[in-house]
Amino acid sequence: MSASYFLQQLLNGLSLGGAYALIAIGYTMVYGILRMINFAHGDVFMMAGYFMIYSMAVFPWFISLPFVIVCTIVLGIAIERAAYRPLRTAPRMSVMISAIGVSYLLENLANYLFTAMPQSYPQIPALKHVYTFGDISVSRVTILAPVLTVILTVVLVMVVNHTKLGMAMRACSKDQETARIMGIKVDSIITITFAIGCGLAAVGSILYFTDRNTVQPYSGSLPGLKCFVAAVIGGIGNIPGAVIGGFIVGICQIAITAAGYSVFSDAFTFVLLLIILLIRPTGLFGEKATQKV
Amino acid sequence: MLEVSNLIINYGGIQAVRGISFEVPSGKICTLVGANGAGKSSTLRAITGLVKAKSGSVKLDGLELLGRKTEEIVRHKITLVPEGRHVFPDQTVLENLKIGAYLRKDDLEESIQRVYGLFPRLKERSWQQAGTLSGGEQQMLAVGRALMADPDVIMMDEPSLGLAPIVVQEIFDIIRKINEQGCTVLLVEQNANMALHIADYAYVMENGKITMQGTGHELLEDPKVKAAYLGTTGR
Repeated sequence: MSASYFLQQLLNGLSLGGAYALIAIGYTMVYGILRMINFAHGDVFMMAGYFMIYSMAVFPWFISLPFVIVCTIVLGIAIERAAYRPLRTAPRMSVMISAIGVSYLLENLANYLFTAMPQSYPQIPALKHVYTFGDISVSRVTILAPVLTVILTVVLVMVVNHTKLGMAMRACSKDQETARIMGIKVDSIITITFAIGCGLAAVGSILYFTDRNTVQPYSGSLPGLKCFVAAVIGGIGNIPGAVIGGFIVGICQIAITAAGYSVFSDAFTFVLLLIILLIRPTGLFGEKATQKV
Repeated sequence: MLEVSNLIINYGGIQAVRGISFEVPSGKICTLVGANGAGKSSTLRAITGLVKAKSGSVKLDGLELLGRKTEEIVRHKITLVPEGRHVFPDQTVLENLKIGAYLRKDDLEESIQRVYGLFPRLKERSWQQAGTLSGGEQQMLAVGRALMADPDVIMMDEPSLGLAPIVVQEIFDIIRKINEQGCTVLLVEQNANMALHIADYAYVMENGKITMQGTGHELLEDPKVKAAYLGTTGR
């Protein structure tokens, strides 16, 4: 294997990992605050793909990008209001089942509205620009994905750790009742959490689909599961953990494909999950319970 | 002034609080004492909006609180120190205090210093994670966090729970001090002896009803209270 081939694949892996990382953040944040796995998150990501297709049919790309992000956020907030908020006092399992229901609803809705035929994802020339270094050729989006992911993660972690909003989010994730006594509007904080998660999923979908060219109603289900795995590998509830998990899953997938075993690349993600769960059940950076001394 | 009238709370089919009425005049310490399951905590939780009351009324300086959300109620300068302390374990002592002042937009430095003045031990442990504090220190932090909201009325649910007698004494001294600084206190306690000693006025709750009331000292001398809550000899 030549060095340039290795480098090429590594860049592809980082790029895919970046997109996975952005989606994984949505799983991990929602889990952090509601203690539930939002199984609809992958399908929200798929819907963001369709939003882009239809928005690019009308608007130029620089309006489409923010428009898609806003639409995805609105979709995420609407799902939370309609399917999760009414179950706030219900057992957690009910909310999880509701999330699975929303997932099927979105997939079938997309099937009905956009047909099951794969639709071609609009190409943004500014993202598709190709750089060539010797034997390596990479598109701009391939380089942009990991860089943007790292920047967004740093910003997000700063917000969570150093702002009043972040303080309220951390308080809600630990103890919602006490957070209420402090005057924190828990429902608003949950809405904001969904908004951030879905906004990042929209960015992730633009990075992901620009490299993959087509969207179909089930485009979100397997990447969604993989990003959930990424969040678990990183330690669910932990934002930097989810990002690192995303990169691990993305790089491994590309590495296995590059080694010629592409048939096993999906299976490997889940084998990885099993291994991590056996060795470190709370994930690489999972929450450790504070011990009272 | 906090006025509770005909408060009824149901859990499923069980009536936890059966139409109680009491008042907490401004600037006083009032206490609800009684055994486990008498409905004391439920009463505080209903005042704070954490549980729904079936009927009745809770008025704070004439403003009806029942039916409002917790996060809205605490805007009216009334707060609760929850049973079991409930500090945020992964955050530092200082961060916990700042969360207590979530609704305030003014400078917090003075309030932080006031809390540190009342609890010098919290100042020493300012950068420590709250989960690593001892039970007594966590209770102090829970009280300090409540004070950060600059409340007019502070309600405390079992502040002595699970603490060593010497720490309990310390906490009660602080409660008195907070009251002297102008805060109205509504205290719920199983430790009737301690509570009655600092209370201006006290109510005894049994099976969801108020069965006796009087000044703290009257109840301390009452033979029935002595027999039921203080041990036969009193103190």
